[in-house]
Amino acid sequence: MSPLPIVHEPTKAKDRVFDRKPPLTDAEYKEKLFALEEQGELIVHRIGEAQKAVELETKTGHKKKVPLDNTWHHKSCGQCGHIPGYSTAIFWLIRQLGLTYHDPRDQTSCTAWNYYASATSNAAAQAAVAVRNFAQAYEDGYFPIVHCGTSFGHYKEVREELLHHPELRAQVRKIMDALGKPMVFPEEIVHYSEWVHAQRHAIAGRQVRDFSSITATVHPACHYHKLVVEDAVYDRELYDGQRTAIVSGLVKALGAKVADYSTWHDCCGFGFRHILVSRDFSRSFATIRKIERMKEEADPDVTLTHDTGCVTTLDKSQFAAKAHNRNVGIPVMSDAQFAALAMGAHPYKVCQLHWHGVDMKPLLELMGIDHQAAWTEFEEQARRIEAGEIEYMTWEDC
Amino acid sequence: MEPIYADAKYQEVPYAEKKRLFDEVKADLRFETQLYGCYECGICVAACPSARFYDFSPRVFAQVVSREDVHTFYELLNDSVWDCSQCFSCTCCPRQNNPGGVITLMREVAVNNGLKSAKDALKAYSRIIYKIMSTGTQVAPDMLQPDFFPDWGPDVQQVSANLDVWRRAIPPETMHTVELAWDVSEKTRLELYLIWKLTGNLEMIENIDEGLFMILEEVMEELLEEHGYDLEEIESVVE
Repeated sequence: MSPLPIVHEPTKAKDRVFDRKPPLTDAEYKEKLFALEEQGELIVHRIGEAQKAVELETKTGHKKKVPLDNTWHHKSCGQCGHIPGYSTAIFWLIRQLGLTYHDPRDQTSCTAWNYYASATSNAAAQAAVAVRNFAQAYEDGYFPIVHCGTSFGHYKEVREELLHHPELRAQVRKIMDALGKPMVFPEEIVHYSEWVHAQRHAIAGRQVRDFSSITATVHPACHYHKLVVEDAVYDRELYDGQRTAIVSGLVKALGAKVADYSTWHDCCGFGFRHILVSRDFSRSFATIRKIERMKEEADPDVTLTHDTGCVTTLDKSQFAAKAHNRNVGIPVMSDAQFAALAMGAHPYKVCQLHWHGVDMKPLLELMGIDHQAAWTEFEEQARRIEAGEIEYMTWEDC
Repeated sequence: MEPIYADAKYQEVPYAEKKRLFDEVKADLRFETQLYGCYECGICVAACPSARFYDFSPRVFAQVVSREDVHTFYELLNDSVWDCSQCFSCTCCPRQNNPGGVITLMREVAVNNGLKSAKDALKAYSRIIYKIMSTGTQVAPDMLQPDFFPDWGPDVQQVSANLDVWRRAIPPETMHTVELAWDVSEKTRLELYLIWKLTGNLEMIENIDEGLFMILEEVMEELLEEHGYDLEEIESVVE
């Protein structure tokens, strides 16, 4: 085929200067935040002694403070809405380790799922949503921990935008004034999976189920380690420090085998808009590029991830693919659910695995869990609720 | 100015209109930190999930927008921009480009201008916009219905049939909800709505779905009034 005729030269970006600067390191973000605080522009929410923080190494080799105690839980829409065992397992782990947390009602979604799906928002709105949530955590006196990978990544984008653009800060400050809230940004943006990673040896110390016969593949969340990459956690002991250590570190600590596969770096196919209204793409990508590759190359008993959309997409996409005789059938759950099961959590009352799609029974048997008995116990709780004997299942019922 | 190719699409759209839209993208304060040239190495394409299943390339976006080819920009704005997965795998670019970020800005311009292609792409999505803007959570348990997720298998039917009881059989108190992902206080939901209002987001909704905008505004502003918010006073603080 002959090339199409060029009828004129494309316009040139004559005025643009490609002024390429290295990205800020995580330490520089903090310096800039503290400088703005000194100038009276905002309040930096610091990690205090009450948080009993530990330091983890980031991609750029800096130390990131991860609070362990007195944490404010910025929940995730998809986790709470569609896979509730995810959030429940996080809270259960904290309670088991004897730590304190706050599960706020004065928290909204970060709204980034909507923003990446529909673009019905803008920089000022997104920054104001972030700052309003962070101001609430500051007023409540707990340090924020973010459950969703997209919230985590997006809040780092917001941080970068606020640091770069005084006019954006001015706009957000006016909105906070109108809402009667202070202009607050936290010293660190921390993902819950970093808390799990920091606690992996404490979790392993309380392990009551043997995971040595379990092989797991790991799917790292794009918005954790690709979107503003600087403060994702890496560890020289894992993958030679070339990939994020999150999730894989936990699997190793629990004595299970981490199996590698060739599309480790690939996205899950979530797509934000696609998973809700154009799922043919999400299903195809999740099954062909991720699940089938894992099956062929590692044949794992479970695949673990650390974000809302990844659990949903990798799990739910397998039903339709199975109908087409594709090589699928890998249970999918979060690192928090996996850790909770290792520590003896109930598979249905705590980990709520009945909200997941792929059959978990063979995996539960490998873990030494009598899933039939466990399901009967859950159904008894549900019966009591339905009969009006109890209004809700409580932590004590678990 | 003529289009680049003799058979280029959208030749009926005047150059000035395409340029106006392109200039709106360039005017965004984030634009200057999205593109730094292109090696044409294709690493972004190799990393891109959408490139595997659509006629879509993050490299094309980076190059077309960098060289300010407004005709092809307009074509991408209408034909490709909604195919992006927004995973930001393309940020592995060795030139530190962010094609996914450029696409976010282009989508905002498409919505702000009520482009038909944007309306079509978001047609089935309106109910989600209503959910996030009125409740403060993006998805909720009551969305797990077989007619919305028929491809997710019989588990969705199970969840849907047992929804109320199963939600109450979750230990955290904030999650005993059906219409929201968690229990967001009314005050907080109204604060979120005020953020949408004060940042011009409601106009964006109006551009894309006027009916949705009217319902949202009516429901939420009635709530604001009930709770004693004075919108004029609040807007005066921002101005």
